[in-house]
Amino acid sequence: MRKKLTSSHAIPFWRDIRVLRVVSQVLFVMVIAAGIWWLLNNLQTNLETAGLNISFRFLNNTAGFPISEGLSYDPTDVNGYAFLVGVVNTIRVAVIGIVLATIIGTIVGIARLSSNWLVSKLASLYVETLRNIPLLVVLFFCYFAVMLTALPLVKDSIRLPGFIFLSRRGLYIPSLVPTGSFATWGFYIIGGLVLAIVVYLFRRAQLKRADRPGFPIVWAIPVFLLVVIAGWFLASGNPLSVDVPVLKRFNFEGGMWLSTPFVSLLIGLSTYTAAYIAEIVRAGITAVSKGQTEAAKALGLRRTQVLRLVILPQALRVIIPPLTSQYLNLTKNSSLAILIGYYDLMNVATTIFNQTGRAVEMILLVMGSYLSMSLLTSVFMNYYNRRIKLVER
Amino acid sequence: MKRMLVVAVLLALFVPVCVMGQNTLETVKTRGKLIAGVNASLPGFGFLDAATGEFSGFDVDYAKAIAAAIGVDVEYVPLTAGERLTALQAGQIDVLIRNTTWTLTRDSKELGLNFCPTTFYDGQGFLVRKADNIRSIKDMDGATVCVTSGTTTEGNLADAFRANGLTLNTQVFAATEAAFGAYDAEACDCYTSDKSQLASLRTIAKNPDDHVILPDTISKEPLGPLTRHGEDEMFDVVKWVVFATFFAEEHGITQANVRTFRSDNPEIRRFLGFEGGMGAKLGLSEDWAVNVIAAVGNYGEIYERHLGPWGLAITRAGSLNDLYTNGGLIYCPAWR
Repeated sequence: MRKKLTSSHAIPFWRDIRVLRVVSQVLFVMVIAAGIWWLLNNLQTNLETAGLNISFRFLNNTAGFPISEGLSYDPTDVNGYAFLVGVVNTIRVAVIGIVLATIIGTIVGIARLSSNWLVSKLASLYVETLRNIPLLVVLFFCYFAVMLTALPLVKDSIRLPGFIFLSRRGLYIPSLVPTGSFATWGFYIIGGLVLAIVVYLFRRAQLKRADRPGFPIVWAIPVFLLVVIAGWFLASGNPLSVDVPVLKRFNFEGGMWLSTPFVSLLIGLSTYTAAYIAEIVRAGITAVSKGQTEAAKALGLRRTQVLRLVILPQALRVIIPPLTSQYLNLTKNSSLAILIGYYDLMNVATTIFNQTGRAVEMILLVMGSYLSMSLLTSVFMNYYNRRIKLVER
Repeated sequence: MKRMLVVAVLLALFVPVCVMGQNTLETVKTRGKLIAGVNASLPGFGFLDAATGEFSGFDVDYAKAIAAAIGVDVEYVPLTAGERLTALQAGQIDVLIRNTTWTLTRDSKELGLNFCPTTFYDGQGFLVRKADNIRSIKDMDGATVCVTSGTTTEGNLADAFRANGLTLNTQVFAATEAAFGAYDAEACDCYTSDKSQLASLRTIAKNPDDHVILPDTISKEPLGPLTRHGEDEMFDVVKWVVFATFFAEEHGITQANVRTFRSDNPEIRRFLGFEGGMGAKLGLSEDWAVNVIAAVGNYGEIYERHLGPWGLAITRAGSLNDLYTNGGLIYCPAWR
């Protein structure tokens, strides 16, 4: 009797939720796989019809085109190396841009919450203006409207103290060139670094034993500087010499050069992204309830201490995840560089694929490069996020 | 209903695969429209007039000529130097007529393109400011040069400076407007491109008289239309449309007289479609060549219209772009 009851009420497998769940997921994966297969097959078939095949051998051919910025490069180098020069230029603008955007963004974000009317309104104006203009326009404005009209011609460059020259061509600053005794000095630098780490660890252990707050870095830095400075005088002759930019017929030669497109791109990217970061910082700070500030003040902490010890550690947990997206955006947006003539990876890749006609391969390389850069940023930010996450007990 | 859906999905999956293998000439006829890739920012060759929305220029006239030969309308797709080859390879356009230099790599199977006869023989030159007192490339050691990306220009430039042992600084832009704008704002000492382009761009400089084109020519730049490799029907049509304009000039056939032109010369009679069945051989109507000349005129007329004294004023007499009878390279094979 009992057996009959269960069998008549047994759910058929096509209505069994456990079976359906598995089946639906398998189906979903199959649809995705079919979609990808179709796209790849389409590409393959079309390339074959057009008589094209995918091959990366062209990377070993001589590039034959000029690149004027970044790693030392000559037109006789190969395409692969030219592409690397572009990748390094992109990383250069992205890393410096991220640092600048974070600094500007944090300042503006905090300023927007300031109780000073003028400061907070100025910060709002900054955010609302930059956030509502397309980045492309910001870049064009920086380059064509500001740099190329406000700055003087290279012949009448603005001369700043310390042999720094500013003109439409960019910023020329003296650079330090290693001399023969640089290697000797290098040993002192490495030695100083090792010694500083030892001192840091020692001091940290000491503070921990005494259960006192403090910064072990305060001891480590002077030790490092002391060794390095001593090394400078102990090495025979100056380890570094100064290379001063000199105006030749058309351009300055010697020294270090920050080109106008680079500076424009850097300013454009960092100020634009900073507007978003400011909002993220503001949101993070507002997310920490007002009671915390009041409690901290009641304990007698100063305003800066309240921010540093109470608010920011908690706000960071809210800030980091959206901040990561902004860093990724900044890196990817740097691909607009070609529009203002900066040699980023997209610029170099466009030239390579026009010289060689290898469009599909170059696009794959470009996609791969941006993907690896973004994934590396994400990995680092996720690691940092885990470290500062609230440890629940 | 469900079955129809399945069929529709299957169709959607496989149709794009087949499109590329088709005969472009047939596709154009069925569509009733030729899609031509052109320049939109080079006065004289391919220029989009913002006020009227009309394309005009030397290259644009050749697009009109091809459409007239097939007997269809024409749609222009403005392309940058970087986009143009891919657009043709991918089948986005039927023919590319955008001051494109004929090179071995581009003409090879590897890129999947075919070059039709050259319509304009050009060479790369330099535009500099008069005030800089530059006489030739040898005076440009250490100069900064503005270039548009996606052209043969960058390679030629590097070669020329290397050959002369000069230091070169460059700045590469995606768009000609930006590259030339930067030169005009004195971010660069020199702008380099094909000489015809320099003549064209000089006219839109803030002060055209401040600039001069150097006499140096550092490269061969034969410019002409392109079709896809392996599409022989389309390739033949474009090739012979170009030749038709050469032929007409050689024999004094003009836009004004082509409809009434009569001759006992058998070759001209074949050209006008009275005998020989030349149209059928190309898959066109018998009077296709007449339609071409009626639409745009002969080579000399097209040249005069855009590059003559009232256009860019590029001297033709004695240049490579003159008829072969005058010592140039404009030459039409036998019309039989």
